[in-house]
Amino acid sequence: MLNRSMLNRPKLKTTVQLTLVAALIGVGACSTKKKDLPPPPPPASEPVVPPTATTPTKVPPPAGVQSTNIPGSTADFVAQAGSDTVYFGYDSYELDDPSRTILGKQAEWLARYPNITVTIEGHTDDRGTREYNLALGDRRANAAKNFLAAQGVDATRITTISYGKERPAVDGSGEDVWAKNRRAVTILVGAKG
Amino acid sequence: MKLGIQMRKFVAAAILALVAVPAAAVLRVDINSGIAAPMPIAVPAFATPAPAPTAAGSTGDLGRQVAAVIAADLGSSGLFKPLDPAAFTTNVGYGDVTKPNFGAWRTLAAQALVTGAVSVNPDGNITVACYAYDVFTSEELARQGFVTSAAGWRRAAHKCADLVYSRLTGETGYFDTRIVYVSETGPRTKRIKRLALMDQDGANHRFLTNGQNLVLTPRFAPDDQTITYMSYADNRPRVWLYTLGSGVQTALRPASGDFPSMTFAPRFMPGGGSMVFSMSAGGNTDVYRIDLGSRKVTRLTSAPGIDTAPSPSPDGSKIVFESDRGGTQQLYVMNADGSGQQRISFGEGRYGTPVWSPRGDTIAFTKIGGGQFRIGIMKTDGSGERLLTSSWQDEGPTWAPNGRVIMFFRTAQSGGATALWTVDLSGQNERKLKTPLDASDPAWSPLLP
Repeated sequence: MLNRSMLNRPKLKTTVQLTLVAALIGVGACSTKKKDLPPPPPPASEPVVPPTATTPTKVPPPAGVQSTNIPGSTADFVAQAGSDTVYFGYDSYELDDPSRTILGKQAEWLARYPNITVTIEGHTDDRGTREYNLALGDRRANAAKNFLAAQGVDATRITTISYGKERPAVDGSGEDVWAKNRRAVTILVGAKG
Repeated sequence: MKLGIQMRKFVAAAILALVAVPAAAVLRVDINSGIAAPMPIAVPAFATPAPAPTAAGSTGDLGRQVAAVIAADLGSSGLFKPLDPAAFTTNVGYGDVTKPNFGAWRTLAAQALVTGAVSVNPDGNITVACYAYDVFTSEELARQGFVTSAAGWRRAAHKCADLVYSRLTGETGYFDTRIVYVSETGPRTKRIKRLALMDQDGANHRFLTNGQNLVLTPRFAPDDQTITYMSYADNRPRVWLYTLGSGVQTALRPASGDFPSMTFAPRFMPGGGSMVFSMSAGGNTDVYRIDLGSRKVTRLTSAPGIDTAPSPSPDGSKIVFESDRGGTQQLYVMNADGSGQQRISFGEGRYGTPVWSPRGDTIAFTKIGGGQFRIGIMKTDGSGERLLTSSWQDEGPTWAPNGRVIMFFRTAQSGGATALWTVDLSGQNERKLKTPLDASDPAWSPLLP
């Protein structure tokens, strides 16, 4: 189990990396040696017994492996904040309660990673004229930016860009689709993963 | 007197003459009454004094192609009905160009006739001679020669069509023009957009940008040699300039170095010495003007809210723009220095993308309401509103240089396909333009010199 505080301590991180390098070298050395050796004998722990009608072979499922979000990653940001995206009403740039909650958690997360900067993309649905929507997308991005700044995120860490109606998240037509496209998305800059 | 004699002479032969001629002593298309009865016009293949090769094919082939382009131009206006060449009973030889057999054309019920010839000059250029006639009076209405390179033969044909249109409608033509627009392809979530340029009839199509950067809202400079547009190059959405002759693209920058934030909605002012555009800063969008010589920037609006889509009057004294300062998108007019801002749209719904007519008396716009986006027009004081189209999403009008036709783009409700369309001021003659891919954001060039 990776520990967040451990990973953030540079010295320990270096140790982990060194260990990894050593392990990799070890693997390389092993494979080179293998060429000279006879094939390995079957594992002793599992006796080779042909299955019979009375003794069925029992195969346990493979050991479970689950990916985990590395702290400081985009996946971690999304998981911790609940979402990287907040949504808006028609022709509106007002942040509703769910949006404020998400942005509040985004601000908390950004407080923990002061070296990470963000770009907030403002988007609209396609039921507006092109240039108006560019301006509306700019409003939405700035509404999110201003909220993060009010929560203590240094405004110089936040840039905005409006895509208007040019980059919908969902293709199609109808209120369900438009609601998903009226959004501001917080993109991490300088974060890995 | 002559007209009367001609009338008596042909009344027995052509009943149609009774209908057509008494309406007006002079052959003329009434452009204001719509297109209930487009004028039948014959455009037989242009003759040649001596068949000769050119860089664009033989003069004989060019003669047929020139006639076809003229007929297509006139037909596209909705004001003329070009007769099917397959029905022609007579060829117009070189000697007949100035002495056509009017009787044969009367039999076909043509009211107007266009003849001409294509010849090769000693320097390799071609001359296209163009003649227009009133078939019933046998009168010559117009004649003009056009000299061009062989490769430029389509322009000569458009010039001839403009001559005929002008002589028969009393309005300036608009066929020798170009369209710059945004070519679209790919899924809407990852749409690829390229600037593209083509003749008004779709010929000579070429892409100006490669699709690597999102590009939007191109507009011609008054001299037709420069295009301004918006590009997301370097993830910096801002106004760019494209010099057609050199292909050079440069970001529009002020004397102070650079704009701090997104610039968009660029338009040239009449004369081309300055531009108006919008800049967004901190969620507030205003209209600015930049002098292209000194690069000095003047802020024209300062109201909180979205002020964008500026469009200057043809004399440059006023600018119409859209603003939501009153709550929703509406149209406003101001003096070119930003003073005297007044709202002009008061109908139900929202109004955007205003464009001042080249004639100066009308403003075209996009109207949003009732679940539709429609193209409409109003007088410059906001009175006399008329909606010209009715569709799911019609947007972004641009005027033909004679102010008689509007081009716009239409987005389909299902699938989101986009295409360029034209409609005339009466709301009739809706036509879809052929483009290689989907198309949006059209801008009509001035009439080429």
